[in-house]
Amino acid sequence: MTQTASRPRVALFVTCLVDLHRPSVGFAAIQLLEAAGCQVEVPRAQTCCGQPAYNSGDRATATAMARAIIDAFAGYDYVVVPSGSCGGMLSSHMPHLFDDDPNTRARAQALADKTHELVSFLTDIRGMTEVAASFDGTVTYHDSCAGLRELGIKTQPRELLASVSGLTLVEMTDPEICCGFGGTFCVKYPDISTRMVSDKTADIAATGAGTLLAGDMGCLLNMAGRLSREGSPVQVRHVAEVLANMTNDLPAIGQVRP
Amino acid sequence: MLATSADFKDNSTRALQDKGLHKALQAARVALPAKRAAAVANLPEFEQLRDIGRDIKNHTLAHLDFYLETWERNVLNAGGHVHWASTADDARAAVLAICQRVGARTVTKGKSMVSEELAINEHLEKHGITPIETDLGEYILQIRNEPPSHIIGPAFHLNREDWEESFRKVHTQLPADRVFAERRDIMSEARTLLREKFLAADVGITGANFLIAETGSSVIVTNEGNGDLTQTLPRVHIVLASIEKVVPTLEDATNMLRLLARSATGQDMSVYTTFSTGGRRPNDLDGPEEYHVVVVDNGRSAMIGTEFQDMLRCIRCAACMNHCPVYTTVGGHSYGWVYPGPMGSVLTPMLIGVDKAGNLPNASTFCGKCESVCPVKIPLPKMMRHWREREFERHLQPMAVRTNLALWAWVAQRPALYRLATRIAAKALKLLAGKNGKFTTLPLASGWTAGRDLPAPEGDTFFARYAAQQRNQA
Repeated sequence: MTQTASRPRVALFVTCLVDLHRPSVGFAAIQLLEAAGCQVEVPRAQTCCGQPAYNSGDRATATAMARAIIDAFAGYDYVVVPSGSCGGMLSSHMPHLFDDDPNTRARAQALADKTHELVSFLTDIRGMTEVAASFDGTVTYHDSCAGLRELGIKTQPRELLASVSGLTLVEMTDPEICCGFGGTFCVKYPDISTRMVSDKTADIAATGAGTLLAGDMGCLLNMAGRLSREGSPVQVRHVAEVLANMTNDLPAIGQVRP
Repeated sequence: MLATSADFKDNSTRALQDKGLHKALQAARVALPAKRAAAVANLPEFEQLRDIGRDIKNHTLAHLDFYLETWERNVLNAGGHVHWASTADDARAAVLAICQRVGARTVTKGKSMVSEELAINEHLEKHGITPIETDLGEYILQIRNEPPSHIIGPAFHLNREDWEESFRKVHTQLPADRVFAERRDIMSEARTLLREKFLAADVGITGANFLIAETGSSVIVTNEGNGDLTQTLPRVHIVLASIEKVVPTLEDATNMLRLLARSATGQDMSVYTTFSTGGRRPNDLDGPEEYHVVVVDNGRSAMIGTEFQDMLRCIRCAACMNHCPVYTTVGGHSYGWVYPGPMGSVLTPMLIGVDKAGNLPNASTFCGKCESVCPVKIPLPKMMRHWREREFERHLQPMAVRTNLALWAWVAQRPALYRLATRIAAKALKLLAGKNGKFTTLPLASGWTAGRDLPAPEGDTFFARYAAQQRNQA
């Protein structure tokens, strides 16, 4: 390993939705990690964490994809993911794909142990307590399910957001209830998913916040899509965009530069 | 009960349009989690208790034969009778035989989900015996000829107005100008009318929350006291219990009871907790002359040793459904059989076949809330995923789903090709969305765009931009 105690080598797991839909979140992650004293690299061989296969019951494909990820991300000090859902896949689920293959199981567990969701990595591992960012407005924060319940992410984003100058956080009545995205759930059961996200957008609207933040692109696209359909003025962003002070140059999700 | 689980999608679409159901669910989805949270906050050792509950159940399941045989011996020692039923047919036959032997005309019933699973009421009616549900929720459902929509609050889907309407329609012997202002008025009317039924019944049937091996007892918890009148007044008491209800000791049962009501209703204890051990003894003042337990397997022993064994820890508290965002959106009837919500989505495919219930384990966002509140820590999302794996192995999913998944998987395992395909997709979507920045309709994505816009991507992929940045820096 090339680690030096002061400057760990961090591999960024970009996630397929950030890659395809919101590349700026990847750059925000790199910027935040560098500000936290990390040397960031982006392994080229990555595509997706495999959840679409894993959660559809296609264990063979999920296992094959996991092997590729284990190879691609070997040798780094940490793996950081700007998503609780994909982070949870790597750190909570992936080792169990190899429960009857002890050698790969050990490698998967080693990867799991060094994998962290972005914001919790900044606070819990790198000890970051504040960011150099400003945001003029009121925001509300949605706790994405996997980040909250698999990885215990709750206070970390709020702690860093509290240091953003000009930003006020107003909580929803139930920030922890699922937004109805659920990966393939939202297209397999669109009627139920739409009702669930409508309950969520009503809660968002009731806060009076001008901006909705969360740490997972899937949930964000779902809520942004519903807010847009409702004609809501609420803007939607990944929390890393705010923490990396990108919001002046980057239109919100689904918005176009005038 | 005829299963309509295969029609979950249609059932839920209908449910979403039902305004009364929506009202009932909206009230419950806030109230019940708040009650549980308050009860849990008042018991500092609750989290440790969940581990204890899980361990008691795991230990019992690992030695199930031993504890069931011990329990049986102690029932017999107390003068009771045990009837083993491997199938639903066996269980129905055993219940009917007892009722017929004693010449039963009416049978009172406490609330029992296994009796719903066995469709005991229909079976008794077919043979000229009248079953009378005495739990308030079950009583109104019997009047309305509806199945329960929840495992502890069977009339979860109804509002107070529905109760009043049904009572006025059926209780025509009572003054028409009587007032139903509160739940108490409904309760008191039902109590008055049920009193004579309790006294006239020849047989009382209850479920069991627990069977206790060391004493041969059965335990029921209720909030209305109807279960006690059902099991003590008639000449014969029949307990219906599935095999996984057994716990080794009285102390184990009390640990489980500390978890049960808090998880279910947020009470510290249910109002009535009753232990039955055998029938009436020579010097007892009351109690049934005969005490029978029909022990039902009906597919459960086949779960032992499989990836579904942990499901047998379930104590039927309903915390998983009370906290489930899908259940509290579509209601219990959408699930199409006896057991709804997350626990039903795992159990139903086992009991009626995954080919008939395959929708259920798919109708979850895997949000994990159910597992986080389960008093015996059943990994419900993991087991729903196991069902999806079995469906995938058996090719039970729609062809289009399999084809799309296979195509995506093929590309996603070839990073260079994947880079190219995603780059084309990102640019095309950005271009097509134009100044709107979003799609209001999109071919092949109608499921998404029916209720939501699809925000357009930024325009180029992360990897393309990152590669360009690296080249510029070099």
